[in-house]
Amino acid sequence: MTQLPNSTDRKMGLVIDLDTCVGCHACVISCKGWNTENYGAPLSDQDAYGGNPSGTFLNRVHSYEVQPADGHAQLIHFPKSCLHCEDAPCVTVCPTGASYKRVEDGIVLVNESDCIGCGLCAWSCPYGARELDVTEGVMKKCTLCVDRIYNENLPEVDRIPSCVRTCPAGARHFGDLGDPDSDVSKLVAERGGMDLMPEMGTKPVNKYLPPRPKDTIEEQIDILAPLLAPVAEEPKGFLGWLDKTLEKL
Amino acid sequence: MHPAPSVIIFTTLSGLGFGLLFFLGLGFPAVSGWIAFVFFAIAYGMAVGGLMASTFHLGHPERALKAFTQWKTSWLSREGWCAVLALIVMGLYAIGAVFLGQVWSLLGWIGALFSLATVFTTSMIYTQLKTIPRWNMNLTPVMFLSFSLAGGALLAGQTSAALPLLLIAALVQMLYWRKGDQALASSGTDLGTATGLGARGTVRAFEPPHTGTNYLLREFVHVVGRKHAEKLRVISFVLAFVLPVLLLVLPFNHFFALLAVASHLAGVATSRWLFFAQAEHVVGLYYGKR
Amino acid sequence: MSFRYNRQDPPMTHQQPILDTSPKISDEVRKTTCYMCACRCGINVHMKDGKVAYIEGNRDHPVNKGVLCAKGSAGIMQVNAPSRLRKPLKRVGPRGSGEFREIEWDEALSTAVGWLNELHETAPQKLAFFTGRDQSQSFTSFWAQNFGTPNYAAHGGFCSVNMAAGGIYTMGGAFWEFGQPDWDHTKLFMLFGVAEDHDSNPIKMGIGKIKARGARVIGVNPIRSGYNAVADDWVGITPGTDGLFILSLIHVLMKAGKIDLDYLSRYTNAPVLVNAAEGPEKGLFLRDADGKPLVIDRVTGELTAFDKPGVRPDMSATYEKDGVTHRPVFHLMAEKYLSDEHTPEAVAERCGIPAKRIRAIAAEIARVAFDEAIELDQEWTDFRGEKHSKMVGRPVSFHSMRGISAHANGFQTCRALHVLQILLGTVEVPGGFRFKPPYPKPVEAHPTPHGDRRPGRPLNGPHLGFPRGPEDLLLDEEGNPQRIDKAFTWENPMSAHGLMHMVISNAAAGDPYKIDTLFMYMANMSWNSSMNTKGVMEMLTAKTEDGKYVIPHIIYSDAYSSEMVAYADLILPDTTYLERHDCISLLDRPICEADAAADAIRWPVIEPDRDVRGFQSVLVELANRMSLPGFTNEDGTAKWKDYADYIVNHERRPGIGPLAGFRGPDGDKEGRGEVNPDQLNRYIENGGFYVAHIPEGADYYKPWNTAYQDWAVGMGIYDSPQPYLFQLYSEPMRRFQLAAEGHGDRQPPEHLRQRIKDTMDPLPIWYETDQQGNEGFTVNALTQRPMAMYHSWGTQNAWLRQLHGRNPLYVPTKLMREHNLKDGDWAKVSSPHGEITVPVMEMSALNDNTVWTWNAIGKRKGTWALQDDAPEATKGFLLNHLIHELMPPKDDGMRWANSDPITGQAAWFDLKVKIEKADAPADAQSQPNFDPIKSPVGTGPENLAWKVGK
Repeated sequence: MTQLPNSTDRKMGLVIDLDTCVGCHACVISCKGWNTENYGAPLSDQDAYGGNPSGTFLNRVHSYEVQPADGHAQLIHFPKSCLHCEDAPCVTVCPTGASYKRVEDGIVLVNESDCIGCGLCAWSCPYGARELDVTEGVMKKCTLCVDRIYNENLPEVDRIPSCVRTCPAGARHFGDLGDPDSDVSKLVAERGGMDLMPEMGTKPVNKYLPPRPKDTIEEQIDILAPLLAPVAEEPKGFLGWLDKTLEKL
Repeated sequence: MHPAPSVIIFTTLSGLGFGLLFFLGLGFPAVSGWIAFVFFAIAYGMAVGGLMASTFHLGHPERALKAFTQWKTSWLSREGWCAVLALIVMGLYAIGAVFLGQVWSLLGWIGALFSLATVFTTSMIYTQLKTIPRWNMNLTPVMFLSFSLAGGALLAGQTSAALPLLLIAALVQMLYWRKGDQALASSGTDLGTATGLGARGTVRAFEPPHTGTNYLLREFVHVVGRKHAEKLRVISFVLAFVLPVLLLVLPFNHFFALLAVASHLAGVATSRWLFFAQAEHVVGLYYGKR
Repeated sequence: MSFRYNRQDPPMTHQQPILDTSPKISDEVRKTTCYMCACRCGINVHMKDGKVAYIEGNRDHPVNKGVLCAKGSAGIMQVNAPSRLRKPLKRVGPRGSGEFREIEWDEALSTAVGWLNELHETAPQKLAFFTGRDQSQSFTSFWAQNFGTPNYAAHGGFCSVNMAAGGIYTMGGAFWEFGQPDWDHTKLFMLFGVAEDHDSNPIKMGIGKIKARGARVIGVNPIRSGYNAVADDWVGITPGTDGLFILSLIHVLMKAGKIDLDYLSRYTNAPVLVNAAEGPEKGLFLRDADGKPLVIDRVTGELTAFDKPGVRPDMSATYEKDGVTHRPVFHLMAEKYLSDEHTPEAVAERCGIPAKRIRAIAAEIARVAFDEAIELDQEWTDFRGEKHSKMVGRPVSFHSMRGISAHANGFQTCRALHVLQILLGTVEVPGGFRFKPPYPKPVEAHPTPHGDRRPGRPLNGPHLGFPRGPEDLLLDEEGNPQRIDKAFTWENPMSAHGLMHMVISNAAAGDPYKIDTLFMYMANMSWNSSMNTKGVMEMLTAKTEDGKYVIPHIIYSDAYSSEMVAYADLILPDTTYLERHDCISLLDRPICEADAAADAIRWPVIEPDRDVRGFQSVLVELANRMSLPGFTNEDGTAKWKDYADYIVNHERRPGIGPLAGFRGPDGDKEGRGEVNPDQLNRYIENGGFYVAHIPEGADYYKPWNTAYQDWAVGMGIYDSPQPYLFQLYSEPMRRFQLAAEGHGDRQPPEHLRQRIKDTMDPLPIWYETDQQGNEGFTVNALTQRPMAMYHSWGTQNAWLRQLHGRNPLYVPTKLMREHNLKDGDWAKVSSPHGEITVPVMEMSALNDNTVWTWNAIGKRKGTWALQDDAPEATKGFLLNHLIHELMPPKDDGMRWANSDPITGQAAWFDLKVKIEKADAPADAQSQPNFDPIKSPVGTGPENLAWKVGK
């Protein structure tokens, strides 16, 4: 309920690879489709075919340009959904207990039948992870597909969030970040996974893998240059080289 | 933040209403009978009216009672409890004063305490939010309380208390604005920390996730022009403090007193509009907005 | 409270409701094939109460292996879109008004037959039948062939024919549906001119896979979005100079000897001798009596047929005869590419890439190709009978698409890229580029084009093909074009996909002749699929002096209320993709992978709730009503009742039909086999597709690998083994050049002679595209489609349109500053042809002299069931208004096509513009702004809260 559990058995969450996300929005729409049909109220859309369409989405892909001191600007696609924080302020501010963090896996959920739609949880979330559904008047958020990941009606391989299952580039990983030996934890350790707004003290479970260094090829020219030593300066010399080399084949 | 009329009405009216109840609970003015009835009616009208207004923005107001369950952690829940306790205690106190000619001072003091506590808990709903640096300051509850006390004194006709309280509130207001304007910048949160990309270079929001708007932008991103805001601050300050103080130092006159109250109310409402409209939620950073 | 608490939670302070974490997913899963773009992924359609509830990728499917893009996941909004047409429509208002009357199918079909049957019997060429995003081209072309019209093509001509044809002529296949990088082994992946589009899920999966391994990705693209955003190194090249860059890489690599000589001598025409004797044979290959190209055997020093068992072709030796020295292709290449005009320093400025960077990229390619070469322990035997104990791989792979092909020098640029891959020895080897069946397939295994006009009889062969020389051009006795789009003429001799973008303007001009009926399918020609959109609207509505339309009849089939609907006289409403039969056939553009041949079907997982019919079934019905040959038995009865019937029972050659799987009476034959009446059910049971794996040892070196060749013959891909050499030097191109030099009977018109000589070089070259009229227009302007909308008509889709509801013009920081622009300002963008006024947005990760926008976001008011204030119709815009299908007039007043002179590929990306800051238009709407069309379907509902299950 509104109080956070002292600890959770597992810390299920997502690891999002900013080095690989191509910004295709597949996760956004897969999430919309699954969560419209499943957990709680459908994610509604207002003015769906009109001048100002606006719907509820639990996952959105931003994009940012980063201009390094030297070199080309970079474009980084940035998917964002609930980070299922360990110290989730959205849970403690909730006056009704509708928002809660599950003991068994740390998933932050909204019990829609208890939600009065006051919006305070969304106010308390630094990440914009919660959206009040206009039609239903309740707060919607990423459920980490709690109705998939344990679902015995799904084959085991499909018991992952729909955004992870659909991601064509494999930029989204799902697992227990509380277990240092899990694949996701190892990935975070290897690639320097980071928190968003660590200064907020929310201790997000979801981690982001930073983009690898970019545009380094020219810096390697000194190492690479010998590879390009000409076999001959003139075409004639080249044909001589050709003959010699063919002889060796 | 979106300056929703419901929250502006709520914080303005209930602040003043509970401020008035505070003074009534302490016995200022010591009134009874019909006069007491009028004072309590005004106080309850404002406090309850404000609370009612606050439910207008709820998605499910019919479930509002559930909001009393989480007092252990939720300031909103605590506010509900304090408000209800204040209103009940002060209601009993009022019955004594209006109908029985009795002054149950202990009850009054307890009621006054809960009245102030209500204002404090209201302020804490905003103060607790790290996501909104302009609110996440010690000055926020000080401002709410000082406004409530000054307004309460004014409404209670306690000129001698109202004058210094108005001056204190005015000072708090100025400090709040000054500090608030630097709050986001000094919070350490920017697009760099929001994305974790800050160390790589200058981060700039490029395409938004959706070309249209959404709940987050409607709720959290409200841009007030700087010039516009400065003008409103002057108006708010003059109405809330300067004019009432001037009117109070003039020889007493019922019309002036009424004018002072009306001016203060309008000024506080304007200040509250700015309180919301100028508050930058860090979510705006993700959208390249503030 | 409405839920129970879990009392077992230890901390008293924390209570949580008990959730049902295993809710029922659906009543049933129906597996079919997506149609939101040309990827054709497998999808699981979850059904609840007989309705579509949720769509996800099919894990077993060879294309997408479970993943699915935004478009595919939004299929539910496509299937239920309010813009779906509901009933056949007959135009009652003027063309372009959108005023229609709903009619019954019988009236619609008899109207169409009334127009078509007479043409079939008297002048079939007066029907122009062009299909846009058609995924049934082997069927639609079969229909057109049996109708007898030469005027058929799909949209390849304005899409990527340069890439496809450049690949076929060079190495028997190109990228995308022709082949793919060896994602499992490649260590360096270089992507040219691929925006967010084409082959979308497989490319994303591949990039994800290689990045997870830490392999390097280099993106060459003026715009750093999408795949280029995740590239480790980005080359923000000047548009249209890719060929120059590639030839410079070739220069550096050749000069350093970083080329695979063994590979070149065995598998390419590098050692083939080129006739140097003056005369009509000059520049053609020396051939033996059997017509086989000749090489010098390094072992014997003798002149020998290239494929003689045991021959070791010599790339170095020359052949003297009659005082003439005939040299091998490789000599000509050395001469051409080692010249100083190709040094990095010589091209750096034009390409916008520092010379140092070009060298670094070349060196990295060399390092990975040669220092990180890989070997698979796999024996194989080549076509000369030589056994190899290993498969050697050079783990550098390339992929490219429209970005480099949609230029007037695109064909040669695509050839250059293929030649680069071949020089590195990285095609069809581990870690390199791999073909997907039915490719590799040399030019010789492809048909030549056919375009005769024989009333009442079928065309004498397929419409589209690959000309080997001037003799294959489709010109009549007077030298006039046989096709309405002038494909396969001297203006664009190798236009292998036709020129859909020229059909309407040629038909309106009556040049080369007038037509009677324009019949189109899924082609939004009056909007985003045409250059010169406004002009096309005028052509479609143009009238003769006697008040009749210049194009007398227009029939259009589409599932949705697109912009083109208003310009047709008769609308045949199509179904959505979940309501129809389709086959994605090996006869057409199948869904194969490098390791397997595969094809797929669509089947009606739901029935239409409207009076609509699948277009292909309508074609069957039309053919039956006209008793078209090919569709009619000898006794006059119809062969097939609908498309599903055709898919199962049609045989292209004995035993070979549209679907390769589950053939034979027992369904146990693949590739070749008798008709199996139960075939569709077998496909449905199998998830909607069929996969035939290539045996181990046959999966690399396919063009020369006897194991592959034999497997392909067994599958019915070839009728006999077709080993061949990669064509670094293109003899068909040389034949056109020879004609231009005055040899042969068929001669080009004088005004084209020089251009043919210049552009049809048999070795890849780069040339600047025609810049006449571009004075003062210095900024490159490009478009691409967002991944969430690519190739799909997503603007109507309630979910997708929230992602991309309007499109700004993205302007590089430098130009923003120069023009004092800031985000949200408006700019007037003009070209020699027209102007638009549009909102701008800054983008830093962009070539300094290039602007771009998302294509086809802009919509016309009254279409797609959108309300008139939809941002697509108010803010959205098309760059098409700036592009003309013709170039500005030459000195002689002639206007040449804005196309590649070799293939006729529409040169969309040659656009040059000027930008100026402008005031916001009075109504804050992008300009030009067209009058609303009356919507034949009304507008969509206000709000959606979609949930099928309870």
